[in-house]
Amino acid sequence: MTTNSGIGASVLRKEDARFITGTGGYTDDLSLPGQVYCVFVRSPHARAIIKSVDTSDAESSEGVLAVFTGEDLRSDGIGDLPCGWMVKSKDGSDMLAPSHPAIATTHVNYVGDIYAMVIADTIETAKDAAELVEADFEILTPVVDVASATTADQIHENVPHNQCYDWELGDSAATEAAFANATHVTSLYIVNNRLIPNAIEPRAALGNHDPASGLYTLYTTSQNPHLERLILAAFVNVAPEAKLHVISPDVGGGFGSKIFVYAEETAVIWATAKVGRPIKWRAERIESFQADAHGRDHVTHAELALSGDGDFLGLRVKTIANMGAYLSTFASSVPTYLYGTLLSGQYKTPAIHVEVKSVFTNTVPVDAYRGAGRPEATYVVERLVETAARELGVDPVEIRRRNFIQPSDFPYETPVALTYDTGDYEASLARALNLANYSEFAQRRNESEANGRKRGIGFSCYIEACGLAPSQVALSLGAGVGLFESAEVRVDVTGSVTVMTGTHSHGQGHETTFAQVVSDKLGIPFENVTVVHGDTSKSDYGLGTYGSRSLAVGGSAIATATDKVIVKAKKIAAHMLNSTEERVSFDEGIFKIPDSNESLSFGEVAFSAYVPGNFPIEELEPGLSEKAFYDPANFTYPAGTHICEVEMDPGTGTTKIVSFVAVDDFGTVINPMIVEGQVHGGITQGIGQALLEHGVYDADGQLLTGSYMDYTMPRADDVPDFIVDTTVTPCTHNPLGAKGCGEAGAIGATAAVMNAITNALEVKELAMPATAETVWRALTGE
Amino acid sequence: MYSFNYHCVSSTAEASELFDSCESAVYLSGGMTLIPTLKQRLDYPTDVIDLRAINDLQGINKENGSIRVGSRTCHADVARHHHIQALADLAAGIGDLQVRNCGTIGGSIANNDPAADYPAALLGLGATVHTNNRDIGADDFFVDLFETALEMGEIVTAVSFPTPRRAAYLKFPNPASRYAIVGVFVAETEAGIRVAVTGAGPCVFRATTIEEALHRDFRPTAVEGLSVDHSNFNSDIHASQEFRGHLVTEMTKRAVAEIS
Repeated sequence: MTTNSGIGASVLRKEDARFITGTGGYTDDLSLPGQVYCVFVRSPHARAIIKSVDTSDAESSEGVLAVFTGEDLRSDGIGDLPCGWMVKSKDGSDMLAPSHPAIATTHVNYVGDIYAMVIADTIETAKDAAELVEADFEILTPVVDVASATTADQIHENVPHNQCYDWELGDSAATEAAFANATHVTSLYIVNNRLIPNAIEPRAALGNHDPASGLYTLYTTSQNPHLERLILAAFVNVAPEAKLHVISPDVGGGFGSKIFVYAEETAVIWATAKVGRPIKWRAERIESFQADAHGRDHVTHAELALSGDGDFLGLRVKTIANMGAYLSTFASSVPTYLYGTLLSGQYKTPAIHVEVKSVFTNTVPVDAYRGAGRPEATYVVERLVETAARELGVDPVEIRRRNFIQPSDFPYETPVALTYDTGDYEASLARALNLANYSEFAQRRNESEANGRKRGIGFSCYIEACGLAPSQVALSLGAGVGLFESAEVRVDVTGSVTVMTGTHSHGQGHETTFAQVVSDKLGIPFENVTVVHGDTSKSDYGLGTYGSRSLAVGGSAIATATDKVIVKAKKIAAHMLNSTEERVSFDEGIFKIPDSNESLSFGEVAFSAYVPGNFPIEELEPGLSEKAFYDPANFTYPAGTHICEVEMDPGTGTTKIVSFVAVDDFGTVINPMIVEGQVHGGITQGIGQALLEHGVYDADGQLLTGSYMDYTMPRADDVPDFIVDTTVTPCTHNPLGAKGCGEAGAIGATAAVMNAITNALEVKELAMPATAETVWRALTGE
Repeated sequence: MYSFNYHCVSSTAEASELFDSCESAVYLSGGMTLIPTLKQRLDYPTDVIDLRAINDLQGINKENGSIRVGSRTCHADVARHHHIQALADLAAGIGDLQVRNCGTIGGSIANNDPAADYPAALLGLGATVHTNNRDIGADDFFVDLFETALEMGEIVTAVSFPTPRRAAYLKFPNPASRYAIVGVFVAETEAGIRVAVTGAGPCVFRATTIEEALHRDFRPTAVEGLSVDHSNFNSDIHASQEFRGHLVTEMTKRAVAEIS
C-alpha cells in the first residue's frame, strides 16, 4: 500500500517538532533530586608513569563529596573496558589487548587519559578541586607516528612492537601470480587522515543508585544501550545485568563515536553508589576532542595489477592502522572485517590479498566512525582504479564498466569473504553520468581554463557491507556478540500501536521511518504508531544503531513482528466474522471475507483482543502483541556512484566543489526525504575528510586540533547543492528489501572529491585534507 | 570559570577609577574573546568591569572627511554603514552572525589578536584611536602580539577612519576559525598608498615594498612577482610562513584588482 504516510512517502519527521523547538530530552536536560557533579582529571602528558596521585587537598575542599583514583575502582573489583571483537593474526595468535582501566592506575597513555575523578556539589566546585589533585608523573617519550610505531618504544608491557595484530585476508599466492602476469601495475601510497567525530551533543552520563532496590539507572548518550548494559554488567562488573537499567534518551548525533563503552559513564555509574547521590557528567567540547574515539588513521601501500586492456587482475594492499592508546569497544574489527572484506568494490578482481597491522600509539583510541573501514576501503579501491585509468589512458568510466560485476553474476562471491546478493552498478553509474552531464565536461574544463582556473572531475563507485550483521558470520570472525535485532509490536486496546525496538535513533528519524513501515502494513494512520527505543527496561535485548543496520535489521524485525500481529488478528477476525482464518483477507486495515459485505477494521479486532467477549478464548490467548528477533542471512550491499566536479583557484590553492552527484542503490526506500538527508550528511562528512578535517598530534602527542579554532568541521558554505538520486535493486534476503543508507555518503564521497582534485591538478597523489597550501604546493612544485 | 567580582559602570571615568582600585581587573566589551577565555579558566581576573552600559561609546558618525566609530559599536553595525565600503565589507566578514552582533571594534583592537580583521583596517586607512586619555595614530597603536600602545586601564572610546579615495580588504580565512590566515587592506588615502597585512605575522604591519610598487603603478601587475620577507611570519598547521608570504602578494593583487 502506498499512502501519503506509508512506505515510500516523504513524511515529515515526527521527532523534529521537539528537536527544532528545543524541547528534546537529552541526557544533560535530565536532573535527579540530590544530583551532584563529576569532573574528570585528565593527563596533560601523552605518555607517563603515574608515580603518585595525591587527592587529599581536593578531598578536603568545601563541597567535594569524593575523589577517586583508578586504585579505588580496581580494589572494588571494577574490570577493564573490554574490546568486543577478537581478531587473530596471520599466525593464528590472538590479538594483543592492553589493560584498559576506566581510570588509569600505573600509566597514562594519551593526553586526556583520566587519572582521577572529582565529585562535588557543583561543576565549578568540582573543577576547582580537580586543580588540587596532584599527580607525580615520570614523563616518557610518546609514540605518535603510525608508520613507525612498530619500531618505537613499547607502550604496553604485554604488547611487543606496539602491534595489536598482523592480520591478512585473501589468497596471497594467487595475488602474487596475478601481479606476475600483469602488463601494468598501478601503485599508490595512501594516508587516510585521522578524523574527530564531533557529534553536536557531547557525551554525557547521569547515574543513580537506589539502595532500596539495588537498582542502578544510567542515562547516557549511547547508540546501543543494551550493549552498554551488557558490557558494564558482564565485563566491568558494575552491577548484575538485571540490576542495571540503561536509558539513552534523545541523543544528538553519534556517527559511531557513541557506540562504545567509555571510561566516563563507567566511572559515573560505579561512583553513584559510593557517594549515595545521583551523579551527572557532561563533556565539554574540549573533552570531546580529546576523549571521544577518533576515526580512520591508516597508512597504506596499495597496488592494482592490470592487463593491457585494463582488466583488473589482482589487488595487493598493505595497511598500518592506528588503534590509539587502547583498544576501544570495536576498534579491532574496523580495519579488518569492515575494511579488508570491502576491497573487491564493485569489481570482478579475481585475486585480492590484504595485510593489516594494527598498532598502538599515545593518542586517543581510534574506532568506528561513519562508514568504519568501508570508507577507507573505498578510498583505496577508487583512487587506484582512477589512477590506473589515467596511467593507461583509458576513460575512468570505461575502466570501471569493463570490470563491473554484472547483474547476471549475482550472487557474487568476492575473493575477500563476502557474497554480494544483488546490485546493478551500471544503472547507478549511467544515471549519475547523466545527472553530472559528463559528456560536456571537456567544454566546462575549457571554460574554466579560459578563466585561469583548473577544473577536474572524479568518480567513486563504492560498495559497502551494511545491515550488521548475520550473527553466525560475525561470531565466527571474532565478534563477541550476536548482531540480530529485536522488535515488539504492541497493539493498544484502541488499535493504536507501540513499537519497541532495540535499535537507537540519534538523528536518523526512526520514530518516523519505523512508524511508516507499521502503518503501511497494518493500514492504520501513521500518527497512531509510536516508536519507543533507547531503554533497556522497555525493549528486548537489541544491538543498537551503527553500520547502517537499523532499517535492514531492526526494521526487518519490526516487519516480522507486525506480520505476526496480522496472523493473530486474522484468527480473531475469522471468529468474529463466523468464518475461517484462510478465508479472511486483510488489506488497508480492513478484514474481509469473500462474498460478504461484512468487514472489520483493525481497531475493532484489536478491541476484541483485549475485551474478549466475542473471541475464540479456547483457541487463542487474549491480547494482541507480538515480538520478533531478526537475524539477517547476509549483509546488505548498498552501492552507487558519486561524481564530484571541482574548480581550483591556482592563485590561492582553494578548491570549490561545483557539482556533486550521488546516485545510490539502497534497495527499498521507506522515506525518500530522510534518505536524502542521510546522504547529504554523509557526503558532507566525506567532503570534510577530503578537504577540511584532520586530527593532528605534534611530536609530543599534544592534540593540535583540539577545538573548532583548528579542527575544520565542514559547514554549509563548504559544500554545494547536492544532486541526489536512487536506483533500486531490493535486498534479496530481508522482508523489506532495504539495504541501509546511513553511511553511504561518507563512504563514497571522499574518493570522488580526491579523484576530481587530482584530475584538475594532473597529479597522481595528494595528501588529505587537500588544504589550500597542499594544493598550492602541488601546483607550484614547492 | 573562576569567580570574580562583576561591575557594571555607566561612564569611562567610573570604569577607569574602578580599574585602578582592583587587584587585576579586565574590561568586558563584546566578550567574544574574554568570555571563552574565562570559561576555559585561561584567565583569572579578580574583577570584570562591564562597559556595555556606557551609552556614549556607541554609534557611527560622519565627521569632516572621516567617520568616527564608537568603541562599543558592534561589527554588524559597522557592516551596515556603507560610507567606507571596504570597512563595511571587512566587518561583514568577521566571525559569524552572533559574533558580529556581540563583538565590538574597541574590544577587537584592544585585544590585538594577530589574526583579527580590524587592525588591518585601522592601519590600512591610517585611523586614529581615541581613548579616555588621548589620541593614538594606528601606526603607533599596534605594538606586538596581543600588545597595543594602551596603558593599563586605558579605554578605547572611538576610532576615526579618514575616508579613502579607494580601498579594499581581502581575507584568506582560516578554514576552521575563519580568522585571517592573511588579510590585506589596500587603500589609496590622502596620505598615499597604504597596505596593511593581518594574520601573516605576529602583529598587523604595513607592507612597505608593496606600497612603493603600488605608488608607482596602482595595478595588480605591479604586485606580480613581488615577494615579501616571510621569515618572521606565523607558521601553523593551516599555513606555513612561505604560503602566508605567497598569500600576502596574491591577496594584495586581488584587492588592487577590485579597485583599479
